[in-house]
Amino acid sequence: MSQNTVIALDVKDVSVAYGGGRLSLRQANLEVRGGSVCGLVGMNGAGKSTLFKTVMGFLPPLRGTVQVFGQPVIRAQKAGLIAYVPQSEDVDWNFPVSVREVVMMGRQGKMNWLRRPNAVDHTMVDESLERVGMNAFAERQIGELSGGQRKRAFLARALAQDGRLLLLDEPFGGVDVGTSEAIINLMGELRREGRAMLVSTHDLGTLETFCDEVALIADRTVLLYGPTAEVLTAENLAATFGGRSPLHAPAAKKLEARP
Amino acid sequence: MNLELLLEPLQYDFMTRALLVSALVGTVCAVLSCFVILKGWSLMGDAVSHAVLPGVVISYLLGLPFVIGAFAFGLLSVSAIGFIQSRSRVKEDTVIGVVFTALFALGLVMISKISSEVHLSHILFGDVLGIGDSELWQTVIAGAIALIVTLLLRKDLLLYVFDPTHARSIGLNTGVLNYVLLTMLALTIVTALQTVGVILVVAMLITPGATAYLLTDKFSKMLWIAVACGILSAVIGTYGSYFLDGATGACIVLVQSILFVLAFIFAPKHGQIARRRQQMAERADELGEGGPPTAPRPVLTRVRTSSKGQASD
Repeated sequence: MSQNTVIALDVKDVSVAYGGGRLSLRQANLEVRGGSVCGLVGMNGAGKSTLFKTVMGFLPPLRGTVQVFGQPVIRAQKAGLIAYVPQSEDVDWNFPVSVREVVMMGRQGKMNWLRRPNAVDHTMVDESLERVGMNAFAERQIGELSGGQRKRAFLARALAQDGRLLLLDEPFGGVDVGTSEAIINLMGELRREGRAMLVSTHDLGTLETFCDEVALIADRTVLLYGPTAEVLTAENLAATFGGRSPLHAPAAKKLEARP
Repeated sequence: MNLELLLEPLQYDFMTRALLVSALVGTVCAVLSCFVILKGWSLMGDAVSHAVLPGVVISYLLGLPFVIGAFAFGLLSVSAIGFIQSRSRVKEDTVIGVVFTALFALGLVMISKISSEVHLSHILFGDVLGIGDSELWQTVIAGAIALIVTLLLRKDLLLYVFDPTHARSIGLNTGVLNYVLLTMLALTIVTALQTVGVILVVAMLITPGATAYLLTDKFSKMLWIAVACGILSAVIGTYGSYFLDGATGACIVLVQSILFVLAFIFAPKHGQIARRRQQMAERADELGEGGPPTAPRPVLTRVRTSSKGQASD
């Protein structure tokens, strides 16, 4: 991966405020290279989702710049470079759309103005469904899926979009072990394809299995980012999580976890 | 049944016109209703339809086509709602309630000052049987615009309604889509004014979509079913009102409500009967009643080496 020096995401000195008053993000810096996975870790309310929204262009920075593959966010979005996988609770699950239609929505930005899918769009949708193992469920209405399957469907949509920077918001939230392993494998594949990923997660234990780099978010800014092993020290995590590292808990607790 | 009596209404020119106009209105409203109910804009539809009243009165005073005033006030109400909501802590449904009742009251006061009772009921309850040439053309043009724009943009509008975050993330301008949908809503309401009147317009904008929603899980089918409901109830309602001697709008809405109730009870998957049947089937399955016994229950044995099998780390 080291030969890949394309900078996928470049957050420089970004400060953001909702409405007015207090800043929700203070002079944050972050760099994610192509073909690498960056984990985003921090307590609730530390600024993870603000950072996500800023990278998505939903919140304009007061100061600083966000660039995606050297372009401003809006242009990168129009070019289809950014794929976003939301936390799955955000949509109406009774909505009358099938899994296939949801995945096709990933292609919509690339279609002509009448939004008629062509052969390439159909192929991409089929392949994406295949990659997340959702072929058999393609014609189901989205509400008929289990939690893990819902997650996979939305991942497939991001795959169909063929973005080069993927933003995954809590991909492991509320999914079973099988799905979470499938997601990790998939991230490995995407990484080999040269795509960059920014992944927010609460699951510190699995960070080392899939992240090249980790960014620690605390007190509305990026405390530190760098190679996973270097960043995930007891000291750094303690600073991020307000005093004690959840990863480096007392030994007795670790014994309890495995019989 | 006396066939002659049934065919009698069709001899009259005003009846065939009324049937065609209400079928068009039924179609336009049905298409919009699919978006309105999925977006959760029922109250917004009610609000805009009431808020157009002063616009209609002003058009009447100035001798303008009624669609212009109505459309202007429709947009005004939508902007006022958006403006107040973004600048205060009051919740959206409250703002909607405040704005539309204010405008509706304004319209009522204007009517009471300037015109007779006949006009009041005409605007409030519609009068498709007495539709004049000018109103006919206004309705057809406004309806055609609303229908064509909505259908052309349906994929983007649907994506916006389903998942605005994703729509935005692929570079769609969701602010514009929001206003396009609101504008089409206002235009559709204007279209339906002459047929069902201010008070019942909202039924046309909700019921066909709601009925279709109960009958299918696919949006493309939902559109067709809603349109079928819209046209069917428009035709039956208008036709029926001939024999009742009036209240055309109310008749149309009544037929729509009946269709909704039928779907609510008999819909193949989401209807009451189907749901009940499915519950029973599931329960019977669990209890092992009815039908041949399913696969023998596996005998559980204690697994001792739980950590051996998968070495995923």
